[in-house]
Amino acid sequence: MSGNLPSAARIVSITEENVRVKTLVLNARAQAQPGQFAMVWLPGADEKPFSIVDDHPLTFTIARVGPFTQQVHALNVGDRLWWRGPFGRGFEIVEGNGAHLLIGGGYGAAPLAFLARRLRAAGRQVITIIGAKTKAELLLEARFAAMGCTIIAATEDGSAGMRGLATDVARDVAHRERVATVYACGPEGMLAAVERLCAELHLPGQVSREGYMRCGLGVCGSCHHGPWLVCRDGPVFTVG
Amino acid sequence: MSLDLSVDLCGIRLPNPLVLASGILGTSAPLLERVARCGAGAVTTKSCGPAPRAGHPNPTVIDWGGGLINAVGLPNPGVEAEVEIIATALEQLAPLGVPLIASIFAETVAGFAAVAERISTANPDLIEVNISCPNVTAEFGRPFALDPASAAQVTAAVRAATTLPIIVKLSPNVTDIVAIARAVEDAGADAIAAINTLGPGMVIDVESGRPILANRVGGVSGPAIRPIAVRCVYDICAAVSVPVVGIGGVTCGRDAVEMLMAGATAVGVGSAVYQGGPEVFGHIRDELAGWMQAHDYASLSEFRGIAHER
Repeated sequence: MSGNLPSAARIVSITEENVRVKTLVLNARAQAQPGQFAMVWLPGADEKPFSIVDDHPLTFTIARVGPFTQQVHALNVGDRLWWRGPFGRGFEIVEGNGAHLLIGGGYGAAPLAFLARRLRAAGRQVITIIGAKTKAELLLEARFAAMGCTIIAATEDGSAGMRGLATDVARDVAHRERVATVYACGPEGMLAAVERLCAELHLPGQVSREGYMRCGLGVCGSCHHGPWLVCRDGPVFTVG
Repeated sequence: MSLDLSVDLCGIRLPNPLVLASGILGTSAPLLERVARCGAGAVTTKSCGPAPRAGHPNPTVIDWGGGLINAVGLPNPGVEAEVEIIATALEQLAPLGVPLIASIFAETVAGFAAVAERISTANPDLIEVNISCPNVTAEFGRPFALDPASAAQVTAAVRAATTLPIIVKLSPNVTDIVAIARAVEDAGADAIAAINTLGPGMVIDVESGRPILANRVGGVSGPAIRPIAVRCVYDICAAVSVPVVGIGGVTCGRDAVEMLMAGATAVGVGSAVYQGGPEVFGHIRDELAGWMQAHDYASLSEFRGIAHER
């Protein structure tokens, strides 16, 4: 009868990843798959879903995009944050020859870092394309590099890495390398492009979607995407 | 032996007695269709009011251990947009033979009538009149379902506003639910749905000392409230002649049998979707059918209400 109430955890470290994004490490552990999420609660403020960026210790990478994330960014080491989860369907590590191609657009690179860690621990070859509008918004390059992933940065304004969209870079990579599976997280437009790319090149793909979530439990229907619930059937969906 | 799970609810045929309860998954036509394909005998849309509403801030739904507690706060796109959702859903449901119940709410008696009139243009199979949401008292005042006279007033106003069959959804949070059931029957309800969530209740986070729900209080649902739901349905069925949709904590075939034995014509399923997903409808339906076969029942009417005779 313990249910799944939010539990309190203390922040043990905070890293500024870029101008808008911080990584918070908590003194808590979860049993999570990459791509799963937790509902993060600040009593008196709000509760929102965030991808689990590591489960041991529990880690979130949070972009400052509104009043709630502003409050989270104002927290210090030693402050508490509440969470419940993990929820949803995460990435499935698929067997297959070739590189595992990760495509992260904007804040979408965050959940892929957890996936990359698992893939590298399993000895897989990982190519990560990190896309952003501009250099200052590129996310977690060093983290992916430290894991031994091949990193390709892509910026829309050409201020760092290749100029262009992450999905265009992915198409080039897929033409010259053997790719086992494509895993992507990012804005809807990018995910649609990833779906087209997977269909075109006959590649299996998994995309992590965002949804407007309330309950996180698969009952309220707020995060519907066609007949699916992002919180329960996703956030990771198979494509291709 | 052929098994007939079908139900006649106010002249509408349900292929089986399991109804998707309002407030669960009823937010879009594709979702409603999916629930029907998963095995629901009827689906209820998320309650819709006169105008778009954002609902309460999060946290809105928590698993407290014996079920759920929620204060979602009736978010909905407003009746104009809901009419479109219902029209699309009806098209998708028609080939499946699964009827649609349009759930409505409003802050005033006149508001109920107006929403009922507008929603009727979409031609849902039935209308559920939700007078019992416990989570909007700060804005709306006491739910109409707490008092026989105001429950009857809303029922009469909706009765006058539509020719479609109307189901009035009652609250268990009253001293005498039978008096309210009689009042809405006399006011023209074609059916009664019972029960809405219990309480309101409260769950406090003991680390921060704060109630977890942003609304502080919320309606309690799930297995913990099933015995109360069964008693309410039993009492109402003994007192009125209109059909009753029994709702509250049903998670398996055995629970559905229990609700039918209390006298329910159909059985609502809501919080069970949390553990079982939309697929829970097929599981409960198959367990119900299996139980009937094991007990040599060919139709639901053979054991409906038998608890009243024993």
